[in-house]
Amino acid sequence: MTKRQKRNLCRIIGGAVLLLSAFLLEHVWLADARLVLRMLLYLPAYFLVGYDVLWEAFSNILRGQVFDENFLMAIATVGALAVAFLPGAEAEFAEAVFVMIFYQTGELFQSVAVGKSRRSISALMDIRPETARVERAGEEAEVSPEEVAVGQVIVIRPGEKIPLDGCVLSGRSDLNTLALTGEAAPRAVEVGDTVVSGCTNLTGALRVRVEKPFSESTVSRILQLMENMGTRKSRSEQFITRFAKYYTPFVVIAALLVAFLPPLFSGNFGGSFAMWLSRALTFLVISCPCALVISVPLSFFGGIGGASRMGVLIKGSQDLEALSKTEIAVFDKTGTLTCGSFTVTDVFPVGVSREELVMLAAAAESESNHPIAKALHAAAGERSLPKPERVTEVAGRGIRAHVLGEEVAVGNLALMQEVGADAVSIPASGTVVFVARNGTYQGAVVISDTVKPGAAAAVRDLAACGVSRTVMLTGDRRETARQVAEQVGVTEWHAELLPIDKVHEVEVLLAAPHKGTLVFVGDGINDAPVLARADVGVAMGALGSDVAIEAADVVLMDDDPRKLARAIRHARRTLSIVRQNIVLALSVKGAVMLCAALGILGRWQMPLAIFADVGVAVIAILNAMRTLRQAK
Amino acid sequence: MKKTFEMEELDCAHCAARMEEGIRKLDGVIDVSVNFLTQKLTLEAEDAVFEKVLKQAAKVCRKVDSHCNVIIK
Repeated sequence: MTKRQKRNLCRIIGGAVLLLSAFLLEHVWLADARLVLRMLLYLPAYFLVGYDVLWEAFSNILRGQVFDENFLMAIATVGALAVAFLPGAEAEFAEAVFVMIFYQTGELFQSVAVGKSRRSISALMDIRPETARVERAGEEAEVSPEEVAVGQVIVIRPGEKIPLDGCVLSGRSDLNTLALTGEAAPRAVEVGDTVVSGCTNLTGALRVRVEKPFSESTVSRILQLMENMGTRKSRSEQFITRFAKYYTPFVVIAALLVAFLPPLFSGNFGGSFAMWLSRALTFLVISCPCALVISVPLSFFGGIGGASRMGVLIKGSQDLEALSKTEIAVFDKTGTLTCGSFTVTDVFPVGVSREELVMLAAAAESESNHPIAKALHAAAGERSLPKPERVTEVAGRGIRAHVLGEEVAVGNLALMQEVGADAVSIPASGTVVFVARNGTYQGAVVISDTVKPGAAAAVRDLAACGVSRTVMLTGDRRETARQVAEQVGVTEWHAELLPIDKVHEVEVLLAAPHKGTLVFVGDGINDAPVLARADVGVAMGALGSDVAIEAADVVLMDDDPRKLARAIRHARRTLSIVRQNIVLALSVKGAVMLCAALGILGRWQMPLAIFADVGVAVIAILNAMRTLRQAK
Repeated sequence: MKKTFEMEELDCAHCAARMEEGIRKLDGVIDVSVNFLTQKLTLEAEDAVFEKVLKQAAKVCRKVDSHCNVIIK
């Protein structure tokens, strides 16, 4: 609790004690005393608890601000005290003071709850590194991360956060990327790997050459994103803002009508005015839209915070809302549903062992840096490869080299014909690499992009949460696309598309009748136009990719496609909490106003009105905090 | 120039909206947002009058909610 909150608590307790003593005094000794004297008994309690409300109300009137909640509370309680002096009214001094105490208690609760929510949300975003340990002239100095320049070397000990993006110079370690990706499994890094700020170093000390200044490092970008979150407001939030503008004047006018109309028409104005006035005063108490104004943005904020904990950055509540209405999910193939890197997926040896075939191909290609060569190296494993000699590249065909004194050719069918090897074409998705030794065909290795382990599950999850159409777009060949589409289980696919065709396909989908929103998921490379065109652009595997973070509305920090369905479920849950709060607040307020107008609440009308005001606000805030938890 | 300032004891959400409205009406303000949840005021105003606008903005905030303080470093 802050100082002010503690002081208010003391005032409330003091006020309650004074109220109780005044009540006893009045009923035990002064029951027959004059009305004014009896009211004076209650004034100390009233002023102790309500002086700030009265003062604010007074100074707001001077500034021409009516309809301020302090003003309304002041009118409601002063009115309740004054009603007693009207003919035919009962004295309700204790009630008036009690209403003020109850109101202040509610405000206190609300302020504590808001403070708590603020803290738990900011704890989520606690990824800002405090210091960086920089190497200067052989010594380590602790400085603030902003002061470290590109090219300097920083040291990160186990247990410390990585302060800036950079490249590992020495050391090897495991990194905890939980704060960024929501993924608990540590990521291994060694010399030459890039590390991103915001991760925690777990096992070994690392020396890292800084590659980006702090303001451009991942951590800063994410924090900036979070800070700007509020600027893209959802429709529900805009509705609440507009609603709040009209709600208070509306309730105040309703209160005036309740106070004056029925007595005027009853024919006995003097006799019934007191009763109707006290009913109207309850309206004023309910006239603050706090419950909605606080809880709706808080729900969205919590929802975005909860999503960030599972490694999904949502840029604004508008995007969260759009995500919750997903009907069509469009995927880019490469890097999204597939790994985006080549691996050996099939080996067809002819007359040799699989290992020998792969070894031959890898050895011939061992000096190349081509993606296909890398896939071959990876398949050959850790074994040391024989060094190739007299390597010649045959443009557009492959490579010829001498391995262990034998002439090896690795390449396409044309190269096989060139060396006189008797190869047959193999129907396979991906790239087929043929291998010949001394002019004899030895077999073929198929290299292709593999489907991500979670891709099929991701598409199933989406279907399970009501996304009726899943579409795959790719620039790849039809055959490859068909195989991937079948493995993954998307409902539609389109192949051999140029980047501009992808935009066109998305536009066609958007033009077709649909109720929900269209989500496009890409890896953020080359698909910025499509990301922008879709209702929600989702960039995947964005850890360290600035372009993607800029272009997308939603960023999945790691490359697990299953996160999309989780994010959608989370967004839906958040929206349903928002709706619960709107319905709760409006129905309780409406019901209490109606009952007060009908006069069926008796002595309870004021306390119930306060409950409909601050009580509901507290409940709505607590409900909103549930959005911080993630959907499974 | 665009700068962000922390705020203290911003306790009511619709006050934030009213502060925003009030500050937007000030001369020299290009854009402004008052974030209730992060308790931050982001003010974009013409460079020449920035300091003046900032002072007026802080005044507007106090006028709406007398407890609320904009921390100007």
